[in-house]
Amino acid sequence: MKCEEMLRMLNDYVDGEIDPAICDQFESHLEDCNPCQIVVDTIRNTIKLYKDGEVFEMPLAFREKLHQTLRERWSKKIENP
Amino acid sequence: MPLLNASPIKKDQDAPFVAKAKNGDFSAFETLVNRHEKRLYRFAMNLLQNQEDAEDVVQSTFISVLEHLHTFREEATFATWITRIASNTALKLLRKQKNTPISLDEATDENEEGFIPHPDFIADWRHDPSKQIEQRELQSILDKAIETLPEKHRLVFMLRDVVEMRIDETGKALGISNANVKVRLLRARLALREILTRRFGDESKRIFQTHNHGEAHSDKTSARLLFQSYQE
Repeated sequence: MKCEEMLRMLNDYVDGEIDPAICDQFESHLEDCNPCQIVVDTIRNTIKLYKDGEVFEMPLAFREKLHQTLRERWSKKIENP
Repeated sequence: MPLLNASPIKKDQDAPFVAKAKNGDFSAFETLVNRHEKRLYRFAMNLLQNQEDAEDVVQSTFISVLEHLHTFREEATFATWITRIASNTALKLLRKQKNTPISLDEATDENEEGFIPHPDFIADWRHDPSKQIEQRELQSILDKAIETLPEKHRLVFMLRDVVEMRIDETGKALGISNANVKVRLLRARLALREILTRRFGDESKRIFQTHNHGEAHSDKTSARLLFQSYQE
């Protein structure tokens, strides 16, 4: 397998959706090709960082408004189910 | 999902609060909001790149959750359920703003299938950056990086890798073919990897050695140009 082909199958590999027969070829390519191994690892890191990311500066004024709105909607719902 | 990854469904930490909220307990509902509001806000900001729109989406999402909580059958986790509601709300807003299906640009994608930008900056950063820098700085780096992607790539990345929609679900949500979902996702992942590697990669260990990635393509098709075009 060449690096070019590895690039085309990168998504399937990272997502665990690669054909098992091709997966062996893919992994033996990675064993011999450090740059490709680094690309795979750093793609995985990239996805993980975005998946895990949670903190973002949510404006305080919006948070207060949101909770106020939800409290009112909740009361309305209880009164008129 | 591949069978290998099949595992018993993780216990949903929110389940006790969902049960209480279903029985009319507002403080339990508010706990759920407290737990998820920041994540949803950031998700909406990344999708929409606009504070006002992100606020609208977060508020509409929680109102919708409030109104439809009794229909939530808990087959997925609460977090997954509300993220789906938020992504549907955000996509609806995007369609409304454009007054046109989001997929309109699909026909104009040039060689979407053909050209894949090749990794240019290859350097190790297998360590976890969140251990090296403050969380806030990390988030700012991530937000700036995703901001540079074209919207069509950003949307696919968010829906697939953050919301964890399947390829067919993502295609359906955006009105594009599965093939285009795949290729846009690959481009988005490669572009983000490129940007983050420039930030987190160890420059002193950057790999310049001749690499097959570069052989079949001239500099014109390198990720460097793609990276530059995102920065402009």
